[in-house]
Amino acid sequence: MNTFHVMKRILLQFRRDKRSVALMVVAPLLVLSLMWMVLDHDESNLELGAVNVPESMLEKLSSDALVVETMSSTKAEEKLEEGTLDAVLYFENQEISLLLEGSDPNAAGALQKELQSLRTNQKDPVDVEYYHGSEDLGLFDYVGPVLIGFFVFFFVFIVGGVSFLRERTQGTLERLLATPIKRSEIVFGYLAGFGLFTILQSVVIASFSIYILGVFMEGNFFYVLMVTILLALAALSLGTLVSAFAKNEFQMIQFIPLIIVPQVFFSGLFPTEGLGTWVQVLGQMMPLTYGAEAMRGIMLREASFADIQLEIYVLLGFTALFTTLNIFALKKHRRL
Amino acid sequence: MSTMVEMKSVIHRYGKNTIIDQVNLSIQKGEIFGLLGPSGAGKTTLVKLMAGILQPSEGTISLNGSDLQHLSQMKNFGFMAQSDALYQELTAWENLDFFASIYHLSRKKRRERIREVLEMVDLSSSKDQPVETFSGGMKRRLSLASALVHEPEMIILDEPTVGIDPVLRQSIWNELNDLKHKGVTIIVTTHVMDEAEKCDRLALLRNGKMIAMDTPESLKEKVNVSSMEDVFLHYGGETK
Repeated sequence: MNTFHVMKRILLQFRRDKRSVALMVVAPLLVLSLMWMVLDHDESNLELGAVNVPESMLEKLSSDALVVETMSSTKAEEKLEEGTLDAVLYFENQEISLLLEGSDPNAAGALQKELQSLRTNQKDPVDVEYYHGSEDLGLFDYVGPVLIGFFVFFFVFIVGGVSFLRERTQGTLERLLATPIKRSEIVFGYLAGFGLFTILQSVVIASFSIYILGVFMEGNFFYVLMVTILLALAALSLGTLVSAFAKNEFQMIQFIPLIIVPQVFFSGLFPTEGLGTWVQVLGQMMPLTYGAEAMRGIMLREASFADIQLEIYVLLGFTALFTTLNIFALKKHRRL
Repeated sequence: MSTMVEMKSVIHRYGKNTIIDQVNLSIQKGEIFGLLGPSGAGKTTLVKLMAGILQPSEGTISLNGSDLQHLSQMKNFGFMAQSDALYQELTAWENLDFFASIYHLSRKKRRERIREVLEMVDLSSSKDQPVETFSGGMKRRLSLASALVHEPEMIILDEPTVGIDPVLRQSIWNELNDLKHKGVTIIVTTHVMDEAEKCDRLALLRNGKMIAMDTPESLKEKVNVSSMEDVFLHYGGETK
């Protein structure tokens, strides 16, 4: 019953504190849009210098992504030095060789792919089809699902953690503990209040990313919502738990590099398959790993509930664990 | 008169420091009981022990004759902390409504009580203002109102009149006297000597030890001085 009163109060505070609401809803939209602008563009033109390359061969290279310019060998080296060329194609003794500028792995990779056609010389290229995704799946489509999960996680962690901390610093926690409220009712009240709010937050962020930014989306929208809400609840229970170990807002912010940043590395933005077992085990102790995996499953691979249920249960487990620990941590303030 | 609070050989330690050292006291129903002492004497710790927020390291505390072991006992008293424990974004009314709802008062009763306590602390006209716009004195009064909203039989007030002007202080004390006549037990900490004289009985606290406990008059008589200040100096000097 008191859980409900705490929840009501939190929602009322949200209504008054427009700035925090904006931080939780508008800030992720803004950052996602910026990421989208940076990542979701067509590949830039690759500048290729050609030295002694016969015309017939250059024709084969005609592609939208390539700008080929014939030049002398000295000029080409000069331009490589300046960084205005991505690579130089040489033709000597009936052999072609490619000199890559090399400081940008993306450009290097793209160039090598473009130049495949020179080597294979096939009339009928292999028929390529996509089991998941599609030909124009860009970098943003790949990281988008992870980013949606991450921003929900990050902002709920901060706002939830700080509001619980403020409850302590402004003395209302102590005041509350001098009433017959149960410790668990306070913690569940927070989960419920923020839970309701994160439904709204998740709907806004997920619809914006999918329908406005156009992140690749195969699966069920409600699964996306479910996963983001579960991620938000895990973030909230973790944030409120660690706030017990912070004396003030500044110390709360210090948890970001400790708790949030490492999770990004394991969230699937960077490949982890090839890493050592112990590194992977580390990743498996982080909520965001599961949330991100489920998000990518749903959005890129049209995962069914059965495919993501493990992740869902793990996220629920994290929330249950952090919540229990938090109820226990409040014993520091009142034994009963 | 029956006993409201009974403390027996209570010791409270924080780490290696002993904050409260062997305190014995009993507070009767319906009296205004003052805890007087300089800052750092352990007044706040002592009232938090009474409120069940802190647990004694040793000794027993009973409330209304039974051990302070059950959450339900918490509804028998109201607690006004030293800092204004209020939700800044919420209005005065919303703050009171939140605290009242924790005591499971019915909606109708809640509305009635909130109106009464707001009237009592003279904040009726600002009931819909957010607390962050309140002055220090208004926050103090709202804190007091929130401790009273559920009609407790005992209220614990930690330095209720700090930072409050004399007129307001007078009105808060009038309020406390009214409550006393209704049978409410009032425990109040203070470091202001003239305030201490308004209490029915006083306990003098210094370095966690209780150095004297009696009515203000007999305390003065015993050491043959005319002001509480001298009483305090007398006992305070003795413990050195």
